[in-house]
Amino acid sequence: MARRTTPAKIATNTAAAWLVGFIIFFPILWMIETSFKTELQAFSTPPVFLFFHWTTENYGEVQSRSNYFLHAANSIITAGGSTLIALVIAIPAAWAMAFAPSKRTKDTLLWMLSTKMMPPVGVLVPIYLLYRDTGLLDSRIGLIIVLGLGNLPIVVWMLFTYFKEIPKDILEAARMDGATIGKELLFVLTPMSLPGIASTLLLNVILAWNEAFWTLNLSSSHAAPLTAFIASFSAPEGLFWAKLSAASTMAIAPILVLGWFSQKQLVRGLTFGAVK
Amino acid sequence: MGSITLEHVKKSFGSNDIIPDASLEIADRSFVVFVGPSGCGKTTLLRLIAGLEDVTAGKVMIDGVDVTNVPPAKRGLSMVFQSYALYPHMSVRGNIGFGLKMAGTARPEIDKKVEHAASILNLTPYLDRKPRELSGGQRQRVAIGRAIVREPKAFLFDEPLSNLDAALRVQMRLEVTHLQRDLATTAVYVTHDQVEAMTMADKIVVLNAGRIEQYGSPLELYERPVNQFVAGFIGSPKMNFITGPAAKEAGAACIGIRPEHIVVTRGGEGWDGTVSVAEHLGSDTFLYVDVPGIGLLTARGTGELGIHSKDKVRLMPTPQHLHRFDEAGRAIR
Repeated sequence: MARRTTPAKIATNTAAAWLVGFIIFFPILWMIETSFKTELQAFSTPPVFLFFHWTTENYGEVQSRSNYFLHAANSIITAGGSTLIALVIAIPAAWAMAFAPSKRTKDTLLWMLSTKMMPPVGVLVPIYLLYRDTGLLDSRIGLIIVLGLGNLPIVVWMLFTYFKEIPKDILEAARMDGATIGKELLFVLTPMSLPGIASTLLLNVILAWNEAFWTLNLSSSHAAPLTAFIASFSAPEGLFWAKLSAASTMAIAPILVLGWFSQKQLVRGLTFGAVK
Repeated sequence: MGSITLEHVKKSFGSNDIIPDASLEIADRSFVVFVGPSGCGKTTLLRLIAGLEDVTAGKVMIDGVDVTNVPPAKRGLSMVFQSYALYPHMSVRGNIGFGLKMAGTARPEIDKKVEHAASILNLTPYLDRKPRELSGGQRQRVAIGRAIVREPKAFLFDEPLSNLDAALRVQMRLEVTHLQRDLATTAVYVTHDQVEAMTMADKIVVLNAGRIEQYGSPLELYERPVNQFVAGFIGSPKMNFITGPAAKEAGAACIGIRPEHIVVTRGGEGWDGTVSVAEHLGSDTFLYVDVPGIGLLTARGTGELGIHSKDKVRLMPTPQHLHRFDEAGRAIR
């Protein structure tokens, strides 16, 4: 039996939803607001809210001290590149697991996921040494590799669940039509699972964009993405809240916009293909 | 050209033998139907010919060339799937032309062939639609169009009509038969429906538990089934099997008589029985008659017999249509 919905109930639910949304969003709002305060106001007790002298000087200061556009470009390149690498490896891998499974496929999938449960710091030293000896430290390609491989298990899993929904008959029909495996992937599987691939891509871009552990440890200036840009404002001389907030706002702005426009795909992606 | 030969083909999944040992010759331009109950291995056998499954042992040959290790794409066969398996993201035009595109055919040539196939199948108005905008019957035609446009050595049909409603199924049955004759291409057709098998086939392969029980023309199978399984599977309603004294009298462990070969009278010769159910179809009357000492027998009379439930009748099997089987179920000739 469907639950009865009265106008009062709808109003309460709406109010509750907005309240929860506000609570979740509040830290971000506070950060954006702080970025328009002076350093003194940012510290003041009791804290000032909305009614203060708004200033944009922090943004100018941040840009003059550090090169936002370089770091933003690094973020775009590393997030995009690592996603591309992950997809190129994961599409064939997920195809094999979904359509030509062996006895060990399930174990392989679980093993892949289990690597995400290991704390990354456990392999920091070996990877750092490896990167130092191969000259990959503070290079974009180094970050692309580590982020791409780091997110690979999730990408394979997501694609696997999407591919599972595609009837095997259609791929077999392509095979009967004379398609080689490469053409089958390119002309049939990929276009058919485009929504799934798109949401995987989006989620992976966001994960890579926000990744801080590896980017902070493996890059310093030349290849440093926005995470390092933010971190550079928590200086040893003390915290500059307003500037830190300005830097953070600038860092999350692009991904926030991207996320806003692709909400639908993201929700689908986060449910791992469970929702049709 | 399109003759298909199976030589001692075996297929196992793990320790499970789906097809223990099958040998078969399918002549060029013939229409061969694989029929059998579900799980008998008929679809597996078709997929072995297609190359979608690898054989465990034995050889598959097309036109005398061993294709056992040739991938499906290179065997020159085309297949119509039970689920149609159309490419949902492509238009009807794209679906039908996909095979030609894969073969590297030039664009104008593809268009010409696709349009020709569409006109044969009455699909011309739908060429630019997506599969989801088509009815079941139209989807079926697209699947067939995709198969014929490549001018394959043979068509493989995997229960293509089972998703259609009864009326459409009869119509498509005719169309497929006509199409195969017009194109003069070998066809292998899998179905569990023995009416489809009888009406469409030049030759029928009856399969049971992965074994080929009999391979012959529809009438051969109907008139001279080699064993009790084939006798029971071909023909509708099913053949009556009688064991016990009545069979002994005929010198067999079991005798079989088809419902249409039993003469039903009210006071003539034969076994006494009581009608338990009478089905009046107008064109035929099916009687389920309880005969003491023998069991329930099915009889079929042409037209309306005017016999009803609980009536007393006499059943007389026509002797020339009696089938006799030994203990192992093999026919005694």
